[in-house]
Amino acid sequence: MSDANSNAVQYWKANLRLILGCLIVWALVSYGFAILLRPVLAGIPIGGTDLGFWFAQQGSILTFIALIFFYAWRMNRLDKQFGLEEEE
Amino acid sequence: MDQFTINLIFVGGSFLLYIAIAVWAKAGSTSDFYVAGGGVHPITNGAAIGADWMSAASFISMAGLIAAGGYANSTFLMGWTGGYVLLAMLLAPYLRKFGKFTVPEFIGDRFYSSNARLVAVVCLIVASVTYVIGQMAGAGVAFSRFLEVDSTTGLMIAAVVVFIYAVMGGMKGITYTQVAQYCVLILAYTIPAIFIAIELTGNPIPPLAMFSEHTQSGLPILEKLNQVITDLGFDSYTTDVPNKLNMMLFTLTLMIGTAGLPHVIIRFFTVPKVADARWSAGWALVFIALLYLTAPAVASMARLNLMTTIYPEGTSAQPIEYDERPQWIQEWEVTGLITYEDKNNDGRIQYYNPTEDFAPEAEERGWEGNEFSYNRDILVLANPEIANLPGWVIGLIAAGGLAAALSTAAGLLLAISSAISHDLIKGTINPNITEKGELLAARISMAVAIVVATYLGANPPGFAAQVVALAFGIAAASLFPVLMMGIFSKRVNNVGAISGMLAGLVFTLTYIFMYKGWLFIPGTNNLPDTADAWILGISPLSIGAIGALVNFIVAFVVSNATDEPPVEIQELVESVRYPRGAGKAVDH
Repeated sequence: MSDANSNAVQYWKANLRLILGCLIVWALVSYGFAILLRPVLAGIPIGGTDLGFWFAQQGSILTFIALIFFYAWRMNRLDKQFGLEEEE
Repeated sequence: MDQFTINLIFVGGSFLLYIAIAVWAKAGSTSDFYVAGGGVHPITNGAAIGADWMSAASFISMAGLIAAGGYANSTFLMGWTGGYVLLAMLLAPYLRKFGKFTVPEFIGDRFYSSNARLVAVVCLIVASVTYVIGQMAGAGVAFSRFLEVDSTTGLMIAAVVVFIYAVMGGMKGITYTQVAQYCVLILAYTIPAIFIAIELTGNPIPPLAMFSEHTQSGLPILEKLNQVITDLGFDSYTTDVPNKLNMMLFTLTLMIGTAGLPHVIIRFFTVPKVADARWSAGWALVFIALLYLTAPAVASMARLNLMTTIYPEGTSAQPIEYDERPQWIQEWEVTGLITYEDKNNDGRIQYYNPTEDFAPEAEERGWEGNEFSYNRDILVLANPEIANLPGWVIGLIAAGGLAAALSTAAGLLLAISSAISHDLIKGTINPNITEKGELLAARISMAVAIVVATYLGANPPGFAAQVVALAFGIAAASLFPVLMMGIFSKRVNNVGAISGMLAGLVFTLTYIFMYKGWLFIPGTNNLPDTADAWILGISPLSIGAIGALVNFIVAFVVSNATDEPPVEIQELVESVRYPRGAGKAVDH
């Protein structure tokens, strides 16, 4: 296997790790905090209701935005690190 | 100036703007027509995706839906935004790298099969046609409500405007009109919300106001709302949902359905680079979130406002007299969206939930049934009047509702017409067609698609009401998995992909038809569409996620039992994974 190829393999593995990490957070805030774990978080009050409700109606959306920008920023940096960014 | 003239100025003005953009952004090539020449800035594309995505349903109906369901309907908020995370990480950048014009084209090339491409075209057309009918009908309704024409005439006017900019400009015209439409719809949505937030809490930012104190009572908005509605026999707004499996599956179906809808995916083909496709997804969600964070605030505050309008002295005192009802109730009664029937002849508006638990109290108070009902759309449409805002805000709502409907319709129509002209005509029937010929074919397909959508919008077939089940179910169970496997697996082959798509599709449609009737024909369902009859409590609307799982499993099993894809296909997969040109990324 040539260097270029193993470089590409490393890049793809880094991408998969990053995606996995982001999707764990993605699932945790929506399926976790907002739905499944809501009863567990019921003790944490927020503006007349509980933290789970906040995640269901606002918190998960805000987290999604942060996740996408984080992913875009990290990936665009990885592209350059591995020399795989697009030519102009 | 009367309200009709104001509405006319706002709607007419916005339409002139869209047509002016169309003249400016005329498509000169197939690349212009399908992907706006591939030169759209990621922020511009983000705004265009926002308008493309937010339909008449998001704009007019979503707040009402959340107001009625409270916490339980948070599924729509999470489901219709969470899909963008999947798009940004699992699909958009790689499909942009692939660099072709349509979604079925990727499926056809990756799975080296014109049959796979054809299955994808059929899925795309069924999902998009179902979706577009609602948009056209929504445009007709918005017209008839604000401009005093009947809805068929309204529909025709809307169709002519879309015709002008979509046929002339293709994706290029649609992109820039969508940006303008985004601005119109977001202003129309947030301005009344800001005023109602100030009125109720003193906090001008609606998403914060929702969790703030209600000035009048000193209680947090949601606590006050819960108190008022439970006093009247309704379910608590923030109450938990017992069937969490169904809630999670429904949210997941909406998320992967969102990521698999072709009219959203093709918008990512319009940016110059892979890096831009990633940024673009982030900007799109920012623009979408401006509305999606405002909607639950409008939902809770408008519902509280409505309750306190009817019970100004509190729920234990008498409700208002019918003769003293505010002006906006009188106006919306005319449209039939608000109805009142004085069942106990006391001249007052008793609005409550007549459950068995509430019966003793109703009897004690001399109430003989709920006398007041409203269409859920009222919470957005009447918002400016409820908050006593000037007439131009109502004009803005009219223009905003139409912008939401038309922008989504145009995006869907482009997805449909490019599938016909590029995948069917150029890809299958006549591969030797010249570029000029294909551009003409694309324009004709667009024109035909608009005529068909207009006809169906005026005479909606039974399945038109099943957008969530049909469009999201199909996108989730057939298109999303096959696209994802095409990028993330080199092993899935042509037979695997086709079997997977068909298995996901057949499984999902069978489950939906079992409860909703075969082809949605009333009376042909095998089981009643109630929670008791659902298998494991899974609603037919939530089944797309399971269908996706079936698709994945079948595709992997079948692929592993058959030959692996040819070397050039494995190289194609490599090339979409790396932003740099294919030759350099996989230099052997």
